[in-house]
Amino acid sequence: MDFFHTIIAILESTIRVSVPLIFAALAGLFTERAGVFDIGLEGKMLGAAFAAGAVAAVTGSVMMGLLAAILISVLLSLVHGYASITQRGSQIVSGVAINFIVAGSTVILGEAWFRQGGRTPALSGDARFQTVTFPFADAVRDVPILGPVYSDLLSGHFILTYVAFLLVPFSWWVLYRTRFGLRLRAVGENPGAVDTAGISVIWLRYRAVICCGILCGFAGAYLSLAMSAGFVKGMTAGKGYIALAALIFAKWRPLNIMLACLLFGFLDALAIRLQGNPLPLIGQVPVQLMQALPYILTVILLAGFIGKAIPPKAGGIPYVKER
Amino acid sequence: MSNPYAKLPAWAEYGLIPLVNLIVAFLVAGLVVLLVGENPLSAAYHMINGAFGRGEYIGFTLYYATTFIFTGLSVAVAFHAGLFNIGSEGQAYIGGIGVALACLWLDRTMPWFVVFPLAIIGSAAFGALWAFLPGWLQAKRGSHVVITTIMFNFIASSLMVYLLTRVLKPLGQMAPQTRTFEAGGQLPKLDWLMSIFGLNLGNSPFNVSFLLALLAAFCVWVLIWRTKLGYEMRTMGHSPSAARYAGIGEARITVIVMMISGGLAGMMALNPIMGEQYRMQLDFVQGAGFVGIAVALMGRSHPAGIIPAAVLFGMLYQGGAEIAFEMPAISRDMIVIIQGLVILFAGALENMFRPAIGRVFASIGRRSVAAAQTRGA
Repeated sequence: MDFFHTIIAILESTIRVSVPLIFAALAGLFTERAGVFDIGLEGKMLGAAFAAGAVAAVTGSVMMGLLAAILISVLLSLVHGYASITQRGSQIVSGVAINFIVAGSTVILGEAWFRQGGRTPALSGDARFQTVTFPFADAVRDVPILGPVYSDLLSGHFILTYVAFLLVPFSWWVLYRTRFGLRLRAVGENPGAVDTAGISVIWLRYRAVICCGILCGFAGAYLSLAMSAGFVKGMTAGKGYIALAALIFAKWRPLNIMLACLLFGFLDALAIRLQGNPLPLIGQVPVQLMQALPYILTVILLAGFIGKAIPPKAGGIPYVKER
Repeated sequence: MSNPYAKLPAWAEYGLIPLVNLIVAFLVAGLVVLLVGENPLSAAYHMINGAFGRGEYIGFTLYYATTFIFTGLSVAVAFHAGLFNIGSEGQAYIGGIGVALACLWLDRTMPWFVVFPLAIIGSAAFGALWAFLPGWLQAKRGSHVVITTIMFNFIASSLMVYLLTRVLKPLGQMAPQTRTFEAGGQLPKLDWLMSIFGLNLGNSPFNVSFLLALLAAFCVWVLIWRTKLGYEMRTMGHSPSAARYAGIGEARITVIVMMISGGLAGMMALNPIMGEQYRMQLDFVQGAGFVGIAVALMGRSHPAGIIPAAVLFGMLYQGGAEIAFEMPAISRDMIVIIQGLVILFAGALENMFRPAIGRVFASIGRRSVAAAQTRGA
C-alpha cells in the first residue's frame, strides 16, 4: 500500500507541474500551426507570471491578476507579431529578444516596486487561486484504490488545472472543427493559397499570435497565483523551452501535447522524488540525467529516431504578398 | 531572395541603420530607467564613467569584451551560412572542460605558454564537439539547428552540474568547482599593453586571451571573405538552392560551420577560466553565449563590427555594475533588458526604419539631380 501511495503522490505532482507546460505548449501550437515560430514562450510566461503576481498583490484580487497576466502576455505576443508578421523580421531573433527583455525587466520592475529581491509580496486569501475539492472527496478517501485516486489525484487541484485539461479537447475542436482552425492550419502550410482565397494572411496570423498570448497568460498566472503564492524572479526556469520541446515531441497535435507534457512533468516529478533514492534494478540515477531527459528525448525524436516530427511547412517564413 | 527595399549607400547600410536601431534600443532602455524612478542621463553618465573612468575599469570592460568577441564571432560565422546557433552558451560551457583538463593536467609542471595552446585546442575541440551533433543532425536527419541547440544548452548545463559535483571536484571540497590552478594555468595580464597608453590595470583580469580574440576575429574575416569555404558558406546563406545548384555540399558545409562556430564559442572559456578565476566553476559562462547573439546582430556579422559591438557590451557589463552601485534600483539585470532590446531592434526589427531612411535618401537624390539639371540648363 505504501508503494501505491508513492505512485499517487508522484502522479499528483506530475499533474501539478504539467499544467503550465500544457498551457504554454498549446499556446505554441496556435502560433506555430499558423506559421509563426515562437521561442518566446518562456518570456511571455515569465512576464505573465510577474504581471499576475504584481497585480494580485496590489488589488488583492486573483481575477485582476489573471487579467493582467493575459494582457501583458498578449502585448508581448503582439510585439512578436509586429516584428515577425508586419516587419517580416526573423521570428527566432524576435523570440530570443522577448525572452531577454522580460527576464531583465521583471527583476528590475519587481525590485523597484516591491523591494523584495525581485519577488512580489506573498499572496493569500482571495489574491490566490484556491484548490477545488470534489464532492465526497473526504468521505471516499478510505475506499481502497479508487478512494485515493478520486480524492487525491482527481480532486484537490486548482481551477486552472481543470481549465488546462479542458483546453486540450477545446483546442482540438478549434483547430480541426472550426473554419478559423482550418484557415489557421492552412496559413501555416500554404499562406499563398489562403491569400488567393481572399482571406488576410496577416490578420489570421495576428489572431493566432493573440491566442498564443492568452494561453501563455494562463500559464504565467498558474505559476504565480496557483502553484506558488507570488512571483519569484526567473520562476519559469526553462519551462517555456520544455513546453516548446513538448510541442515538437507531440508533432504539433493537441492530444499528443497533453501526453508529452504529462510525460515531461512525470520525469520532473520523478527526478524530485528520486533525489538520493536509488531506483530498483537500475540503481542510483543522477538527478541531472533526469532533468536533461526531456531535452534528450526531444533531440532523439527530432532526429527521426522515434517517428518523424514534421513542422508546419510555412513555419518561420514571413509572408510577402507583393512580389 | 528578393530584397524589397531600395539600395542604400554602404555607409548608411552598415553605419547609419545599425546606429539608428541602437539609439532606439537605448531610448527604450532609458524609458525603463525612468519607470524605475531614476534619471536616464545620470545612469548613462555612471555607466560610461564606470566603464572607462579608470585604467582598472577599462581593463574590466575589455575583459568582458574578450568574452563577447568569441561568442559574437561564433554566432556570426553560423549566420553567414544561414544557420542560427543559439547554442553558443552550451558550447562555451562544454568548451570549459577542454580548458580545465589542460590546466589540471599540466599546470604544476609546465609554464603558461605551453598550457595555453593545449587549452586553446582543448576548448575549441570540446566546443566544436558539442556543436557537431546539432550540425550533423540538421545535415543528415533534418532536425532544425535552432531547436537542437536550445536543447543542447540545457543538456550541457545538466552535464556540467554532474561533472562539477561528481567528477571534477576535488575530494573533501563542498563548492562545485575544480581545484585552483597553479601558475601554469594562469594567463598573464596585459599590463604592458595598458601601460603603453599610460593606464594602470589595477585588479582587472584583462589578459592575453584578448589578443587571441583579435586573432580569431582576423581569422574569421579571412575565412569568410578570402577562402573557398567562406564563399561556399555565404552562398549557402544567401540562397541554399543556388548553393545546391553550384554543387556545394550542404551537409558538409552545415557540419563544418557548426563546428567552427562551436569551436569559437568554446574558446570563450579560456578568458574566465584561465584569465580570471583560475578554476572552472558552475555557470562560468553567465549568459555570454546569448550576448553573442546581440553582438553578432549589432556587428552585422562582420568582425570589424563585432569587435566594437563586443566592447559596447563589455561597457554595459562593467558600467552596469557601477550603476548598480550608484543607483540601487538598477541592478545588473538592466543589461539583460538592453541586450534584449538590441536583439529586437538590431535583429528582428532591423528593417523598421529602413523605408523611412530610404525615402530620405531618395528625396535627397532626386533633389540633387534636379539641382544639377537646373544648373545645367
